[in-house]
Amino acid sequence: MRTDGTAVRVHGDDLDTDVMYPGAFLNIEDPAEMASHLFEGFDPSLRERLEGDTILVVDRNFGIGSSREHVLVAMKASGVRGIVGKSFARIFFRNCANLGLAAVRCPEAVDAARDRSRIAIDTAGTVEVDGRQFEAPPAPPFLLELGAAGGLVEWTAARLSR
Amino acid sequence: MPWRSSLPHTLAEKILLAHSDVDELRPGDVVTVRCDVVMANDVSGPVAFRAMERMGATRVFDPERVVMVADHFVPAKDARSAELQRRLETWSREQGVAFYGQGRGGIEHTLLCEEGWVTPGSVIAGGDSHTCTYGALGSFGTGLGSTDIASCLALGSFWQQVPETIAVELDGSPGEYVTGKDVILAVLAEIGVGGGTNAVLEFRGPGAEALSLDERLAVANMAVEAGAETGIFPADESVRQYLDGRARWEWRPERSDDGAELRQRLLAGRSVDPGTRAIVVPATQAIWREAAAEGLLDTFVEAGVMVSTPTCGACFGGSNGVLAAGETAVATTNRNFRGRMGSPEAQVYLANAWVAAAAAVAGELVHPREIA
Repeated sequence: MRTDGTAVRVHGDDLDTDVMYPGAFLNIEDPAEMASHLFEGFDPSLRERLEGDTILVVDRNFGIGSSREHVLVAMKASGVRGIVGKSFARIFFRNCANLGLAAVRCPEAVDAARDRSRIAIDTAGTVEVDGRQFEAPPAPPFLLELGAAGGLVEWTAARLSR
Repeated sequence: MPWRSSLPHTLAEKILLAHSDVDELRPGDVVTVRCDVVMANDVSGPVAFRAMERMGATRVFDPERVVMVADHFVPAKDARSAELQRRLETWSREQGVAFYGQGRGGIEHTLLCEEGWVTPGSVIAGGDSHTCTYGALGSFGTGLGSTDIASCLALGSFWQQVPETIAVELDGSPGEYVTGKDVILAVLAEIGVGGGTNAVLEFRGPGAEALSLDERLAVANMAVEAGAETGIFPADESVRQYLDGRARWEWRPERSDDGAELRQRLLAGRSVDPGTRAIVVPATQAIWREAAAEGLLDTFVEAGVMVSTPTCGACFGGSNGVLAAGETAVATTNRNFRGRMGSPEAQVYLANAWVAAAAAVAGELVHPREIA
């Protein structure tokens, strides 16, 4: 899976999905309304910086805690196209793969990136930051297949129609 | 449970192997894992149903293996929450799957154990990160997002990268006022919130066997707070007794092989203050009735405690007693992320029930022996 966009740096290790999308808003179903609560418990001003195609650049163990997909729905509705991180929490990483959002672990690229860097992600194993290339661990073959399908909805639909 | 491999395997690997079509597996492999039970709630369920529709799936893989529980926003805190619960109920009826509605169940993870859905060696996919709780009974319970759950509902399986196993050896026996909650809080203090990422925590040794099932549930419940796939206890005699007359399907005990690859970790193991409010939330309707029969609820209310109906409520900041800015809670819940129980400017200390009760009486954090 390949994608590109402009970097928005989100600082902090172990950022949990509660601060990214607080529990009180879990009864909201409209993606645009969800987007209006993204990062509410952490730094609501980050929302204003999500303009056009965005690549979030994050620190260690990003997305711990709750399995709520509302975070990713809100991110996608806000123009987030991919995430480069030092590392990811398990369920959050699964949700990215399932929802077709390119998430790549690449600490060197995170260190090289700054706000408004141009970033290109290829989940097969590279991240480009302002023209500099970094290697990332390639996704396992199944995850590449999932990415090529567009996500788990499309992958499952194809399985069901076989 | 038959398995095909002759290599030594951990308990989690054995369960995954028995639920996949591969002949062998190692940590890091991605395999397709069959579910024995798929569960979701009033927050994760409706999102999964929409994803399932987009997949073109009209029926669940097996109605006998699907459970829906309304527990997060119950009793409904507003019209939107009521709508989610209504959709959960309507969908469950259409699909012919088990549904535990308001007043008929309780908090999903305690409820599924109580109702016999959880058996040792089984795989349970749940639309809630605390699905790891089922490891208390020797099950591979794992928390998934709603799109994963939708695919499980349609296909009866999910993709899984085989995790490493971290053995948490518990020696000795707990002192007075020390419970399973303290065991897992101590483990988390030691390995940190990322210490179990992409791994299974297997709790073993004499200290693990000495924990009551209630305490094991509290321990396994918080495995995800270390980032783990799940936390698991090998099933023993106490599990067999608990499941007697309760389990919905047959099972047999299993444990890790000697020589299986484990990363070893050693661990030793009145009236409410006027300025404080106290809330007691029995986890299920059955537990509520037990507490009533024992006279406990009356004792609580007499002491000035608010006794709630079973609900996830304030634990995730949904409703039912959330905190204002500047307030501090001592909670027997499982997360104290910033803003988790209300205002981002509130503080939450996680503790066992002794410590929480002592704090309610004293109005501050004290050792339980000080008010005993």
